[in-house]
Amino acid sequence: MDLSAYPNAIAMSAKEFVAWSTNVMDDIVRATGVKKALDKTMDPLLNWGVRNSMYPLHFGIACCALEMAACSGPRYDNERLGLVFRSSPRQCDVLLVNGWVTKKLRPSLRRLYEEMPEPKWTIAMGECAISGGPWYDSYNVVQGVDTFIPVDVYIPGCPPRPEALIDGFLKLHQKIKKSKIGAFMED
Amino acid sequence: MAEDVSYTVEQVKSKISEAFPTAVKFESKTKPRRLFMTADKGSLLNLAKMMKEQLGFDQCSLVTGVDRCDRMQAVYHLTSYTSNITAEIVVDLPRDNPEVDSIAPLWGGANWHEREAYDMFGIIFKGHPKLERLLLPADYTFFPMRKDCDKGRD
Repeated sequence: MDLSAYPNAIAMSAKEFVAWSTNVMDDIVRATGVKKALDKTMDPLLNWGVRNSMYPLHFGIACCALEMAACSGPRYDNERLGLVFRSSPRQCDVLLVNGWVTKKLRPSLRRLYEEMPEPKWTIAMGECAISGGPWYDSYNVVQGVDTFIPVDVYIPGCPPRPEALIDGFLKLHQKIKKSKIGAFMED
Repeated sequence: MAEDVSYTVEQVKSKISEAFPTAVKFESKTKPRRLFMTADKGSLLNLAKMMKEQLGFDQCSLVTGVDRCDRMQAVYHLTSYTSNITAEIVVDLPRDNPEVDSIAPLWGGANWHEREAYDMFGIIFKGHPKLERLLLPADYTFFPMRKDCDKGRD
């Protein structure tokens, strides 16, 4: 715990004071074991909350979008998993890319991804989004979304069935579960 | 404006051949309520204007290009709802300078068709209000539907 600057705290700039007090609080919380206790209780809770309320962006490009629609219909009912499609990137945490991405669409899709707040994940659904699919070596189709957006889960198929889409989201659940997203401070 | 009169295919044929005796040639193939013709690129705009204003062809349902290797072709489908006739006009264009008058001022629907034909085949429609790339990014330098385009085929 660094309390050496304490007598001079009055003479600090606001920025310095915030940095110093944050460090002090951080040290206290770490030294007393409060951080451990908080992380142990809050991490699973927040993680559970994030996992079970994933909002994919409502952005259908091609045939896979129909499977996405079927998935949110009554037969597969993805809302039981907390998957609610939102139409604005500002409130979404999953970018579900389904269908071929043309080179004209690429800048817009990248922009949508950048407009989404952290933490965010990307799912590439179907052959076109994974690798260009039937448009192999095409003049206007991007050969895979991972060429310009980091992808977390790939769902193979052409197009994948709604079960596969749900399975992809469950895979993403496992990935989030391991990511310590609810931990308050860096170790 | 278009007359609200119904014509038969033969009447349309005779009226067009009267007005354009040399520029328009009718093809021998026939189908019910279809009309096939080739036109000179110089007289296309006048032909289209006459078909719209005198013969009542009120819809342009298609403008596209064809690459015949030795020449380019622009293909137009015009339909008259009152006569229930669809006319197909084929215009031959030289391959090194495929320019033709735009018919977008006559039929608003031809606007995007012509832009797409430009985007894919590189056919230049003179007098088009906004002849830019429609489906492909603006910085592309090739026309993918041309036979000699080898992008993505290597």
